Amino acid sequence: MLKTEPLDVQRIRADFPILRREVHGKRLVYLDNAATTQKPQVVIDALVDYYSRYNSNIHRSVHTLGEEATAAYEAARGKVAKFVGAPAKGLVLLRGTTEATNLIRFAWGEENVRKGDTLVTTLMEHHSNIVPWQLLANKKGAALKFVGLNKDGTLDMGQYEELLKESPKLVAVTHCSNVLGTINDVAQICTKARRAGATTVVDGAQSVPHMPVNVESIGCDFYAFSGHKMLGPTGIGALAGKKELLESMEPFHGGGEMIKEVFLDHSTWNDVPYKFEAGTVNIADAIGLGAAVDYLSAIGMDKVREHEVRLIEYALETLAKVKGFHPYGPTDPRKKGGVISFNLADVHPHDLATILDEEGIAIRSGHHCAQPLMRWLDVAAASRASFHVYNSYDDVDVLKAGLEKAGAIFKV
Amino acid sequence: MSSADIYRELILDYYRNPRNFGKLEKFDIDSRDTNPLCGDEIEMQIRVGDGKKIEEIKFTGKGCAISQASASMLTELAKGKQLDWVKEVAKEDVFKLLGDPELGPSRVKCALLGMKVLKTGVYGYLGAHYDDPEASDPMT
Repeated sequence: MLKTEPLDVQRIRADFPILRREVHGKRLVYLDNAATTQKPQVVIDALVDYYSRYNSNIHRSVHTLGEEATAAYEAARGKVAKFVGAPAKGLVLLRGTTEATNLIRFAWGEENVRKGDTLVTTLMEHHSNIVPWQLLANKKGAALKFVGLNKDGTLDMGQYEELLKESPKLVAVTHCSNVLGTINDVAQICTKARRAGATTVVDGAQSVPHMPVNVESIGCDFYAFSGHKMLGPTGIGALAGKKELLESMEPFHGGGEMIKEVFLDHSTWNDVPYKFEAGTVNIADAIGLGAAVDYLSAIGMDKVREHEVRLIEYALETLAKVKGFHPYGPTDPRKKGGVISFNLADVHPHDLATILDEEGIAIRSGHHCAQPLMRWLDVAAASRASFHVYNSYDDVDVLKAGLEKAGAIFKV
Repeated sequence: MSSADIYRELILDYYRNPRNFGKLEKFDIDSRDTNPLCGDEIEMQIRVGDGKKIEEIKFTGKGCAISQASASMLTELAKGKQLDWVKEVAKEDVFKLLGDPELGPSRVKCALLGMKVLKTGVYGYLGAHYDDPEASDPMT
């Protein structure tokens, strides 16, 4: 590569202890980042530091440990909020994107969706942005309608405009497809939805980890994402919501922390975002996510994005030389997140994943929690290679050799 | 064992040219199941003959080479046997058909999907219930 590289990958790799391990005697080539990313030492250290120095419950302990833990937890909230351009008071920390969409389903959906209403989502969604709306629609007697796709794997905006004429109550869309990699113009989608009177939910699980995101300029009502896909721990994620909307909503879970006063027959709710953080929250992992955000911010999300664009460009070009390689989704790396889904001739993705595993290569194979999309692609399953900051051109070359080996075994 | 050993000629042949693939016009047993982990899908149909014999058996499905080949091999083995024989079939029999490949826990499920479909269908026909011993595994 002659161009100046946006990232010093070798230096970054040294920050991730897991990348030093071998799988079946081979260097680990981890290409399953859309499922979950690896963790840098600073994130692991943040967890160990919390548990070894100031483990304590937050917001109610007056002692030193409690105050330190509260300060660290709230500092993490501030970092995560700033990272996506949201006010800290409008950022609910929860388990991840799935919990966020389910929170909206109950805390917003119960009050706002009625019989005969229309809810709109798209054919390229992860199950976490379909099933909650399906459950809501079925319970309320509302209709859930899907925006279809163009042949190139982009949303059919003409059909979207048609659906908006039905004045939907909700528009739920992904910022970046976890299968096709398609990056949707969510700002435009939200502007149109708002004009039609719809509340908007954007699934940011595949965008926040890979590109600069600003929820305010997107203009959505809700924006959800998961920490473990952005170098953070599992079990922590966030929902950024318009503050007045969050304030108007009923709580999701009832219990400790989310209340102001409790009487025998009624209670009053704590302020946003605490109203949605019932019980003892995931303190350690929130602090870990804060460390991940620091790490990514120090690299710079514009550089992370540029790195992935170049990797995708190189991968599409390199893998196209493998006999039987068939990629899905947009082919312009600038219009695509850091994922390539593909099939190799008639080799089933699970057989392929088994063969690649032997070479130390970890890819995802299956339906990617996006069965409606797989049906649209008319495939039962696909393989997916997805990248992050520690992946290199060399990883792509190893993948290419692995695919060639699989092709030879299957006599493609 | 390397993947080249798992994907021997025999398995690839059954994957690309599955025996007993298709649907029966008349059948007494129809059983279908999927493996949500990978989307493997197998359906088996059986026509029961005199003396509770497996007169005809066919399968259809989609999925990896291991799931499709093992289902196909199992139908060949089952054809002509008594229904009660199905109760005796064990996972080791399926592994043997495949040439005893070394499979990780997630791939074992692929190998055993055909057996699960066969047993569920036949047990149901005999008025019994098949409890899949693998079902308690949270991987599914």
